[in-house]
Amino acid sequence: MTGPLVLAQVVIRDRSKDVGCVAKDGLCPAWIKDHIGDYMSPLLRHLELTVVSVVAGFLIAFALALVAHRRRWLVGPITGVTGVMYTIPSLALFAILLPVTGFGFVTGVVALTSYNLLVIFRNVIAGLDNVPEAALDAARGMGMTDRQRLWRVELPLAVPEIVAGVRVATTTTVGLAALAFVAGAGGLGQQIILDQNFKSNIVTASVLCILLAAALDLLILAGERIALPWRRVTE
Amino acid sequence: MSVALTTASVLSDFSDGLDFLVHQRESVAGGVMVGGSKNLPLLGKHLEVVGLAMLLAVLVAVPLGLYLGHTGRGSFLASSISNVGRSVPAIALVLFFSSYLGLELKNLVFAMTLLAIPPIFTNTYVGVRQVDGDVVDAARGMGLSGTQVVRRVELPLALPLVFGGIRTSVVNVIATATLGPFAGVLTLGDPIINASVYGDAGRVGTAMLVAGLAVGAEILFALLQRAVTPAPLRPARGRLRAGRPARVADAAI
Amino acid sequence: MTSEPHRPPEGPSAHREAATLELRHIRKQYAGTAEPAIDDLSLEVPAGEICVLVGPSGCGKTTAMRLVNRMIEPTSGDILIDGASIMDRHPAELRREIGYAIQQIGLFPHQTVADNIAVVPKLLGWDRRRVSARVEELLDLIGLEPAMAARYPGQLSGGQRQRVGVARALAADPPLMLMDEPFGAIDPISRERLQNEFLRLQGEIRKTIVFVTHDIDEAIKMGDRIAVLRKGGVLAQYATPAELLMAPADEFVEDFVGADRALKRLALQRVRDIDLWDAPTVRVGDPGAQARERAAASPIGHALLVDDDGRPVSWLSATDLAADTVRPHEGRLTTVELDDILRDALADLLQGQVMYGVVTDGGGRVAGVLSVEVISGFLTEQGAGSIDEAPAPADRAAQ
Repeated sequence: MTGPLVLAQVVIRDRSKDVGCVAKDGLCPAWIKDHIGDYMSPLLRHLELTVVSVVAGFLIAFALALVAHRRRWLVGPITGVTGVMYTIPSLALFAILLPVTGFGFVTGVVALTSYNLLVIFRNVIAGLDNVPEAALDAARGMGMTDRQRLWRVELPLAVPEIVAGVRVATTTTVGLAALAFVAGAGGLGQQIILDQNFKSNIVTASVLCILLAAALDLLILAGERIALPWRRVTE
Repeated sequence: MSVALTTASVLSDFSDGLDFLVHQRESVAGGVMVGGSKNLPLLGKHLEVVGLAMLLAVLVAVPLGLYLGHTGRGSFLASSISNVGRSVPAIALVLFFSSYLGLELKNLVFAMTLLAIPPIFTNTYVGVRQVDGDVVDAARGMGLSGTQVVRRVELPLALPLVFGGIRTSVVNVIATATLGPFAGVLTLGDPIINASVYGDAGRVGTAMLVAGLAVGAEILFALLQRAVTPAPLRPARGRLRAGRPARVADAAI
Repeated sequence: MTSEPHRPPEGPSAHREAATLELRHIRKQYAGTAEPAIDDLSLEVPAGEICVLVGPSGCGKTTAMRLVNRMIEPTSGDILIDGASIMDRHPAELRREIGYAIQQIGLFPHQTVADNIAVVPKLLGWDRRRVSARVEELLDLIGLEPAMAARYPGQLSGGQRQRVGVARALAADPPLMLMDEPFGAIDPISRERLQNEFLRLQGEIRKTIVFVTHDIDEAIKMGDRIAVLRKGGVLAQYATPAELLMAPADEFVEDFVGADRALKRLALQRVRDIDLWDAPTVRVGDPGAQARERAAASPIGHALLVDDDGRPVSWLSATDLAADTVRPHEGRLTTVELDDILRDALADLLQGQVMYGVVTDGGGRVAGVLSVEVISGFLTEQGAGSIDEAPAPADRAAQ
């Protein structure tokens, strides 16, 4: 994975012949236009980090929430533990994980995943808690088993809250993944560091970050609207 | 067997990291002493940056949130600030400011203030907006002026949420202050970023210290938040709740 | 039904006879409470009847209802449906055979009207075609356009949701239905309409129904039998509405039924059930003298002008009748129908600010005159009347 990054480094730093804007480390539209292609590989890596972490975080938090939904006493401890994970500064967590998972993609993913647990867990629980009491009573009264009630009534009705959690988790992860380079996991943050005084570089990488977050957010939003026609008509 | 070995080596890495926090040692390249009491200036600088940034952020965000919340203007601003804010890489902000304004403490503080403002602003705004309209009406009906309503009714009732915002921001800022070296300010982030100087022990040890600071701040401010919450509004002690679910408008790190 | 012993016709799809329900010495005491919620409750509900559980809040009426589908388990006692104990049944399977409608309706917001109605049939594993045929049938039964099937609950009015709730409870054609204040959350006007609609529906489907309400008027209107519960789930009286109004078992029931129970009896009678006055009818062209004589002979003091078909046109005063022959005349009339409930008829008279209302039959022809006097006479006379003569609740007497 260091291959393309080293290459990018070379390309970016090779501007000895440049004059004016680039030489002054300025914000140079022409340079950005010429070099935007160099950012694609870090962008993809950034996307990869984000998607893998959010999906992993979702699976773990969702499973935890299902377990805690029926065993309420678990909500406190799980919130506490995931809360501590959420609190630990990302840079510190990447560093702490290095001796355990080593330098690379896995460390990045493990750390980023741990940040998603609290947000998603909390929202799944809240979504399940917010299901109207009457709908649950009707479901039981009509003869649904606990499992049928969970999958046919509670979870579908919790989807908006769950999706809200995933959206927050996704945009947060895009921002945090910019530090994943400390763990050797690459991404746009790596690109920023490669030439940290060159404003064109910083701006290009961070705008890509924001665009990536916005694109993923819109994608999830669109998916929700397609998947939940009942929300569309009642709003 | 190999699992046991890995575990042992991981544990020794961590204990070496703890040792770094307590005892001085020579740097990797040699010639300079690092660790132990040499960490104190880093810690001091770290806390200084955090304190200054938080002070500025509170001074800007709370009055702004109170004003906009009181008048009911700017709901779009409140939600979009926190939404966009979340995905801006902190590292980019820090580097961008220092590349424009130079490698100075005040520029790092400035960048971090910007990061700290959204959660406090949003929470203050939401806190004021969620005050029961009837309560505000009653206050007006009893003859309280606009500023009196804010001071005596809206602020006290919004205070728990305001502190929630401050709590989020403090943790964020403690985390972001580790990026100080990128702006030429040597904070606790230095050993983490420059492992080539401080060694792996320095990196892991300081990371644990920073993590402890953040968790400590989280706990401290959770207690403060509880203290400013009027007793009837506090969540019951026995009933641990999952906490407020995240809305898309919420600010996070 | 107190009036008709014969089996009612089958429901629209049909096929299930209404069940009998029996509660035997039911007691329910929640852990950690000193008083039982239900104490030695025994009730029998004949097939096809509506049994209303009514009482003040905390009397355990909802608890009693929820015992029937094992949403709550009794501490002791037994419940039998068609003679078989429900305790031998798997709760979820039992519930699929019992219609369930609650005040908050509990429609699933994420499912269309059709899917909501189809919940129980799907749980029972009906094939797709049978489910959709049943949904169509039920929409028709509750008077909703077929196009509504694709709507979501959020797009419906309160009354429509309530109807869908009832349709959902009816979906698998259960022999027994539980309804907990099903019209409780609706404005009074729509509630009245929904009650009437439901009674008409019940006239067709003849389910055995346990109906919970706190509203004694609703109980009197809906119930074939009414179980009045007092605090602690003790049965104070179990009787037909007429019995309850005429012979409250004790002071509690009397208080609960209300001081206006005489008036409430009006809800149980139709205009045709009481003796009406003859109408002093005259037609255009009749000799004036004859008309004047007729008006004077009537306690009303006016003559009633009718058209050739015998439909009422206008009241004629002595001045109107001064001519040699009766002339055409226009006027305003308050009319009520033979099938109207007496209470509504009285309301019409009071609203029209008249002492007399012209009663018409189904064809709009004059059948007599209803006066406030007649009604008041009926009230005093019935107060002393015998229970045996009390007719069945009027709403269901005529179909």
